[in-house]
Amino acid sequence: MATIKPGESYGFFTDTSVCIGCKACEAACKEWNQLQGDEPAFLADSYDNTGQLDAQNWRHVKFYDKVPDRSASSGNGTAWLMMSDVCKHCKHASCMEVCPTGAIIRTEFDTVFIQQDVCNGCRNCVAACPYSVIGMNQATGTAHKCTMCYDRLQGGMQPACAKACPTQSIQFGPLAELQQAADTRLAALHSQGVTQAQLYGRDDAVYGGLNAFFLLMDKPEAYGLPDASNAVLPSRNNLGGYLAAFATAVVGAIAGVVAFRRRVTG
Amino acid sequence: MLLAAAEHFVRAPQWTWFILGYFFFAGLSGGGYAVATLLRLAGDPRDEPAARIGFYLSFFALLLCPVLLTVDLGAGWTRFWHMLVNVTPGDQSLSFKYWSPMSVGAWVLFVFGVFAFVSALESFILDRRRDAIARPIGGPVGLLFNIVGTILALFLASYTGVLLSVSNQPVWSDTWTLGGLFLASGLGGAAALIAWLTRYRAEAAFSVDRLHLAGGYFSILELVLFVAFFVTVAAAGSVGRTIPLLPLWALALVGMASALVGARRRGTVQAANGAAVVARAGANTVIIALLVLIGVLALRAAVIFSAQ
Repeated sequence: MATIKPGESYGFFTDTSVCIGCKACEAACKEWNQLQGDEPAFLADSYDNTGQLDAQNWRHVKFYDKVPDRSASSGNGTAWLMMSDVCKHCKHASCMEVCPTGAIIRTEFDTVFIQQDVCNGCRNCVAACPYSVIGMNQATGTAHKCTMCYDRLQGGMQPACAKACPTQSIQFGPLAELQQAADTRLAALHSQGVTQAQLYGRDDAVYGGLNAFFLLMDKPEAYGLPDASNAVLPSRNNLGGYLAAFATAVVGAIAGVVAFRRRVTG
Repeated sequence: MLLAAAEHFVRAPQWTWFILGYFFFAGLSGGGYAVATLLRLAGDPRDEPAARIGFYLSFFALLLCPVLLTVDLGAGWTRFWHMLVNVTPGDQSLSFKYWSPMSVGAWVLFVFGVFAFVSALESFILDRRRDAIARPIGGPVGLLFNIVGTILALFLASYTGVLLSVSNQPVWSDTWTLGGLFLASGLGGAAALIAWLTRYRAEAAFSVDRLHLAGGYFSILELVLFVAFFVTVAAAGSVGRTIPLLPLWALALVGMASALVGARRRGTVQAANGAAVVARAGANTVIIALLVLIGVLALRAAVIFSAQ
């Protein structure tokens, strides 16, 4: 890969069609970022005991069991969908929009980063992130998520997860190059008859475009991702919320005046 | 036309009980200041003692707000000021984001504190010098001060609901009603609490009926928004999340109904030193106030925990 330069947009292209669910990305992420991980738990949910992205899990390999209840004919099963999930580093990031402290910024690599020395742990970003990415670190009391290995990028190295991925399901690079690679891969799959393959976050339909975008083998909802119609920013409710409050204030004030101006004799 | 059902994949917000306490006291503080100003500006001169109770209520309820907010912060009290000042290295500046209700709310809490303190202090001075007729801050300046304070108070009592809506949480972000609902509830709670507190101030008894009547009007407003809340949430397909909290919704409704019952109350007149005076608020007022306040708390708890 070419030199990593500040001022250029970088991202991940995660091709779920070649993910084998090995979790090397999860392990590499934890190792580089010194994440202890959550208490081990048996979730009894497929091969997944990580469960979710949170303060200790910045990469999470999702397993979607599509094995039919009834036996399928040979070669006709879709069986498993696997996807290495991560912060999407949205162009229009909900977390960044609501953060009251300015702790969440865009870096010189066009990624979304939480400054740990500025965050005060208000949790507003947790309530806003539509991908359930951000979690609270109980030790520091601050919000944590994938940094796209900001420290490695500053040192000219690609993120640990992409480096460790054995099947190149996770590709890292300049966004424009990744988008081109994704288009080529999608065309190849479609030409092979895999018509359900689709790109998610490649264009600006979802949060203005995602720096970490995906090639999916099913609808976004199947992977727990909001589709374009549900990918909405928190600020959409500012106008309606404030208008309702304003109207209530006006009516409430009038009600108070009527009640308190009632003529009293004596 | 019904809206398409919204799909949410967001994590539960992990908010704590401290936030519930903050929403409760912010509603009472903002509501208390607004009711006090309305009593002073629109009411009878005999409403002034009750108005001062409202200003005291507003100030003391407000004192608890930053404490609750700070305790709730994950990073502790040392970083509360990050709400107001951006400490990003190389980019230090005041932090104000008009599109983030939490940012605007932090500033309003800070500025409103000045108004609540000055109005409470003025009430204290007036109470200490019973012979003084003129307000320390009188005339157009005093009028303007109370009006600006009331605008901030109304914002404080309502923005907590808008803050919830400006998220991607189910229920919260599926409705536009929360700001108005919390404001109507805060006004009603404050009116009920002031009516209760008049028991401890004989000259404020004159305002009890009027406070109950105002409380009744506020509860009608709240009821309308309560219905609108469920209609909007049902249209978004999230109403199922509210069902486990049915007891809390019921308590909120009991609070509203109590205020309506109180609005029908008529005070009694009793003889005192050869003159007829309005009797102090009785046990009914206390019971109504308690039920209304429980309803105010239950409403906020039901809304907050429906997304948890």
